[in-house]
Amino acid sequence: MKINHSLPLEYGTHQNQINILGFWIFLGAEIMLFATLFAGYFTLVNRTGNGPTGTEIFDITPVLLETMILLTSSFTIGLGIHAMRLGSQKAMQVFFAITLLLGLGFLSLEVYEFIHYVHIGAGLQTSAFTAALLNTLGTHGAHVTFGVFWGLFIIFQLKTRGLTPETANKSFIFSLYWHFLDVVWIFIFSFIYLKGMI
Amino acid sequence: MDIFERFAVPHPSPAIYVSMVAIGLTVIAIIAGLTYFKKWGYLWREWLSTVDHKRIGIMYLISALLMLFRGGADAIMMRAQLAIPENKMLDAQHYNEIFTTHGTVMIIFMAMPFIMAFMNYIVPLQIGARDVAFPRLNALSFWLFFMGAMLLNISFVIGGSPDAGWTSYFPLANNEFSESVGTNYYMFALQISGMGTLMTGINMITTILKMRAPGMTLMKMPMFTWSSLVANIIIVFAFPVLTVALIMGTMDRLFATNFFTSTNGGMDMLWANFFWVWGHPEVYILVLPAFGIYSEIISTFSGRNLYGYKSMVGSMVIISLLSFLVWTHHFFTMGQGALTNSIFSITTMAIAVPTGVKIFNWLFTLWKGKIIITTPMLYSLLFIPIFTIGGVTGVMLGMSAADYQYHNTMFLVAHFHMVIIPGVVFAMLAGFHYYWPKMFGFILNEKIGKWTAWIISMSTLLAFMPMFFSGLDGQARRMYTYSESTGYGIWNMLSFIGAIGLAIGFILIVYNVYYSTRYASRDISSDPWDARSLEWATPSPVPEYNFAIVPNVKSVDVLWEAKYNNHILFPGKYENIHMPNNSGIPFILGCIFFAWGFSFVFGMWIPAISTTIGIFVCMGHRSLEKDHGHYISVKEIEETETKLRGA
Ligand code: HEM
Ligand SMILES: [Cu+2]
Repeated sequence: MKINHSLPLEYGTHQNQINILGFWIFLGAEIMLFATLFAGYFTLVNRTGNGPTGTEIFDITPVLLETMILLTSSFTIGLGIHAMRLGSQKAMQVFFAITLLLGLGFLSLEVYEFIHYVHIGAGLQTSAFTAALLNTLGTHGAHVTFGVFWGLFIIFQLKTRGLTPETANKSFIFSLYWHFLDVVWIFIFSFIYLKGMI
Repeated sequence: MDIFERFAVPHPSPAIYVSMVAIGLTVIAIIAGLTYFKKWGYLWREWLSTVDHKRIGIMYLISALLMLFRGGADAIMMRAQLAIPENKMLDAQHYNEIFTTHGTVMIIFMAMPFIMAFMNYIVPLQIGARDVAFPRLNALSFWLFFMGAMLLNISFVIGGSPDAGWTSYFPLANNEFSESVGTNYYMFALQISGMGTLMTGINMITTILKMRAPGMTLMKMPMFTWSSLVANIIIVFAFPVLTVALIMGTMDRLFATNFFTSTNGGMDMLWANFFWVWGHPEVYILVLPAFGIYSEIISTFSGRNLYGYKSMVGSMVIISLLSFLVWTHHFFTMGQGALTNSIFSITTMAIAVPTGVKIFNWLFTLWKGKIIITTPMLYSLLFIPIFTIGGVTGVMLGMSAADYQYHNTMFLVAHFHMVIIPGVVFAMLAGFHYYWPKMFGFILNEKIGKWTAWIISMSTLLAFMPMFFSGLDGQARRMYTYSESTGYGIWNMLSFIGAIGLAIGFILIVYNVYYSTRYASRDISSDPWDARSLEWATPSPVPEYNFAIVPNVKSVDVLWEAKYNNHILFPGKYENIHMPNNSGIPFILGCIFFAWGFSFVFGMWIPAISTTIGIFVCMGHRSLEKDHGHYISVKEIEETETKLRGA
């Protein structure tokens, strides 16, 4: 394996560069996926049938908390990558672990939120609007859940294998994924919740 | 008993029982044969667990041909049913199931794997690479496609086929109007194979951007590679839309949500929009690589470089952008107002311009060339006029006001078959004959090949031209019978004869493979067509590592330069070559996905959950796996090369 030391570790081999480019293209597809979900949501947002509207069910408190937690996690994973660049594996692992914990926190709030919706009569089957809402949020939530498991596998590999071009590459790609989820959430926060509340 | 009810076919017929028996016997015969000839190990090592892009390409090719016959059988049944007025051979429900499976199989499981076959086999060779960027992902893509195809194909013997058309429009496709599990099969078969396609898209783009041989700038890439690049970019942008639409459709059917219902706010037109935002670009995903193949063949057999290389590339880029802006032309009559219709009418017609540019470029290439008519070339030459008829009728359909007359008539069916058959199927058959010697080391019989090309193209005209007339007369599409007094009888009889001709043509292709395998000379060079690009610089059969020495590229037609202008194609000496290891995981994961889809189709939640876990276990295993591939030593390379090149 030829390692180019003039580049950051995660870019150090040809295969690493290929992986990162491939992942960016995958994110392109993910953008289309969420764009389609948003398009569907905006088409159906006023089609509430006999069910409630967004103004009636949205509650700012848990959503603000979720937003803050997720934004913080995006920051901590950034710190994790920074630690990686500095070659400090310990700090990196800690930041990754914090990120995942924040992710779990976000998820538990979201689960609570979903239960609440179902409770007040805004379940999946209520109307086209609720289906589109829960589907969009749910897809994002499923991505975060997947990310938590993925992150665990990466921390495990960092622990057992140390910081190699391979683990660095995986960690970096994971951080891209995590930032992406954060960006998607910002759109959800502004265009689903904030816009829905006024 | 419960089990019989659950998996029973809702509308059985003797033909279905015969098929069940036939499928059962074939499976037994295959298992017995493999055991008797002790081929299980071979099958596993060389094929099921392979990550070699060339073998994956060949597997795609075989699947595509099998599916061509599956879809073709459906086509013959439809044409036979319509051949005479008031025919009672099939009933309405059967007809629905047959046109649905025909359309789905032909587009998703025949045309797609056909282009994937060539992309997989040719692109790495054309750019001087030793493999694709993610070999294992590539194998997974294939198995996902394959399992999706199998899932759709078992529907008619277990639980019933989809019957809402390949477009699966809601509310027709919801539980109320499509009661059997058929449409569930559709949703999951397309979802699973679609994931595979998306992965191929990512894989191919990365491969083309990152793994080109030294000297091969973007504007020195062969035209087929260019067309693949553009098609894969369209894939990455279009397929996620389908994914979302399928998820929503699945939820409506399995979990009683209201995305596309007509109550509780649901909106059936949303499906139509999503479907065609994917569906129209899909047409270009298919046809651009086909155009790429024509470009290779026409330039090879005209003995000169492709006329207007830059405009070829430019027109493809423009087509790829426009392809996302025309989807509404599929439902001009469904009430979106005159302004919207006019806009989409104009964008639709605009596509004719870059397509015309391509046609003229091919004509100019021919104009100045020294033409040699081989089978691949014959297909390419026959393609031009037939495709032009299809294209012109497309512009007719694109005029939204006029479309009120032709919409959902046989005119439309005639149009798209007249573009898709010469556009895609001819190209794939041309590619099939052209690349066959590279894949298998001998040339398919030219005499049978040319006869076949004539039979197929003339039968295409006979099968589909009459539909223009019956369509203008008002014969509706997807109509299973009609009365004598309509006067459609004669047109449909002619179409039926054409369809028989097509069937004969496709059978002749199989015969040609059989005949040539037995009798063709194996003594051909690695470059039997005197071709121009890199794939022909490899020995035939192509060794695992493709190129012993990484080629040095200086122009689009590098091989030509090397042959006739003393360009040194392979500078340097042998070095160890790094190659990926085989892996069984993609195949196993594919099987789990099959079981996953099947469980969801029938709403069996325990197997559904277990297979979901199985999928994640496989992914976790992959994440932890340490597999750095292996090296092929200089000595082995020397041995292989002397054997293959005979020097
Ligand atoms: C090989 C000879 C073929 C024949 C004789 C044939 C015949 C037919 C017929 C009779 C129909 C049904 C029209 C109706 O709905 O009443 C049909 C529909 C269709 N065909 Fe073909 N076809 C052929 C090949 C192909 C190929 C190669 C493709 C695509 C690559 C294709 C794609 C479709 C599609 C998408 C539909 C629409 C299905 C629907 O209505 O949902 N066909 N074809
Ligand atoms: Cu279209």
